[in-house]
Amino acid sequence: MSAWDRVLAARDPKRPTAKYYIDQAFDGFFELHGDRLFADDPAIVGGLAWLNGVAVTVIGQEKGVTPREKTLRRFGSPNPEGYRKALRLMEQAEKFNRPVINLVDTQGAYCGVGAEERGQGRAIADNLMRMMALRVPTITVILGEGGSGGALALAVSDRVAILENAVYSILSPEGFASILWKDASRAQEAAETMKLTAGELKALGVVDAVIMEPGGDAKNNPQAAAEAVKAYIAKELETLGKLSVEELVQARRAKFRAMGR
Amino acid sequence: MPLFQRKNQTTLVVVRGAPSVEERQNVSVGEIADSPSIPSGMWEKCANCGSIVYNEDLLRTNKVCPGCGYHFRLSALKRLELTADEGTLNIFNAELRGGDPLGFPGYAEKVEKMRAATGLDEAIVTAEAQIGGYDCVLAAMDSNFMMASMGYAVGEKFVQAAEKALSKRVPLVVFTASGGARMQEGMVSLMQMAKASGAVSELNAAGVPYIVVLTDPTTGGVTASFAMLGDITLAEPGALVGFAGRRVIEQTTKTSLPPGFQSAEFLLEKGFIDAIVPRNELREALIRLLAFHKGVRP
Ligand SMILES: [Zn+2]
Repeated sequence: MSAWDRVLAARDPKRPTAKYYIDQAFDGFFELHGDRLFADDPAIVGGLAWLNGVAVTVIGQEKGVTPREKTLRRFGSPNPEGYRKALRLMEQAEKFNRPVINLVDTQGAYCGVGAEERGQGRAIADNLMRMMALRVPTITVILGEGGSGGALALAVSDRVAILENAVYSILSPEGFASILWKDASRAQEAAETMKLTAGELKALGVVDAVIMEPGGDAKNNPQAAAEAVKAYIAKELETLGKLSVEELVQARRAKFRAMGR
Repeated sequence: MPLFQRKNQTTLVVVRGAPSVEERQNVSVGEIADSPSIPSGMWEKCANCGSIVYNEDLLRTNKVCPGCGYHFRLSALKRLELTADEGTLNIFNAELRGGDPLGFPGYAEKVEKMRAATGLDEAIVTAEAQIGGYDCVLAAMDSNFMMASMGYAVGEKFVQAAEKALSKRVPLVVFTASGGARMQEGMVSLMQMAKASGAVSELNAAGVPYIVVLTDPTTGGVTASFAMLGDITLAEPGALVGFAGRRVIEQTTKTSLPPGFQSAEFLLEKGFIDAIVPRNELREALIRLLAFHKGVRP
């Protein structure tokens, strides 16, 4: 598959979204709402759940399935209150010593007047800063689109895995082509250049693991994809659980400190 | 009417009509890539009031329009010189450079061109210095260098500046300016946001003060990382500060943007910065703030 094919697969409306994985890979999800400051952002779903009998906090960017739901959730592009809800839940997880599992699927943070008025930049920055120092194990799985800072705000984790056909990029190929070549129609060429596919990101050291999609595409066998995600999270939680808090945070810092070297 | 002339005007009125970054350059924030705006003639035209300002006057006012108070962009070296005590500036990592992780056609050449045009190796300059006798680590970004976009070198130099502040236990003072991510470095660029924010969290844990001065323009990934994480955040009047570009927001929301949107004055009103300080009062403000921190917590 070309990089562009993967961009299309990652955006495919039939691709399973975060809520599907939460329901399939976890048990007893209890959704928790609101950032306690302004609002509840439906672009981010978060709460408590069990994973193989372990209590975890799970947070996902949810694009929505029906047209109505997609609009309500702004296609998974969070407002500042979404990131602040996520941070509230991550700090709650830290307080009660629960691992944090983040599921990323967004074109990017929402670009709106309200988002700027309420400090989108600050909200993302706070998440980056706090996640780096969080005293519990953190795992992020990129399910579909990993759009720039809006994705990174849930992805400063001990383990960052990406599904085989998911992409993670500095901005959309269309935006990249438009900015650097003044020609959005060269998006396919941009996708091939940007190193946004799972394999390329693994080679760059930006992600720690690639989770294969059974049947070649998660939409062909969503159940098996959810099982694969669950198996990855369970295995890594076990590994991370053996580290002391200090070792955990130190290793996370060292990993990101070395990015791009 | 000169917009910046009187101090008792309300802040939003001051900004109304100030052009956005895009309007000034007629391109979107991410695109403001590359043309160095180093004056070649005898004068520059004020982007706010339109008056012709002679370079010798700009030199005298540190690039503040004598007519309206509009703050022209300032080079990093000039900024450090204005801020530090005379003879105390000790620049480090001047030659630290990034790579070309995407092998992006023309990128290496473009960076070389910028180096020749600006005399800088990258878009941020970091130094040890004293300000009013207080030891600190000082950094300034330079929008003449590829719009001060953040790639590996900018991220790495910021982090090494923070690490130096941490090990010496002296405050970190950073003047931000940025068009956002260095697109040509792809995901390596994005990862600098995490790295830089992580460095700030270490300053926080150690109680080392971190003071940010937002200058025009500060946008994108720099806004969404170290620019918004200061213990104290100042801004120059009229500076454009935001996450998303104006054009992107207009396209997404299909609305036109309110006057003064994403200006320093807008951020002050919304609660995201502590104070707006005119350029020629900034050094004094920093000295007062540093005094409160007595260098650093023992
Ligand atoms: Zn003027």
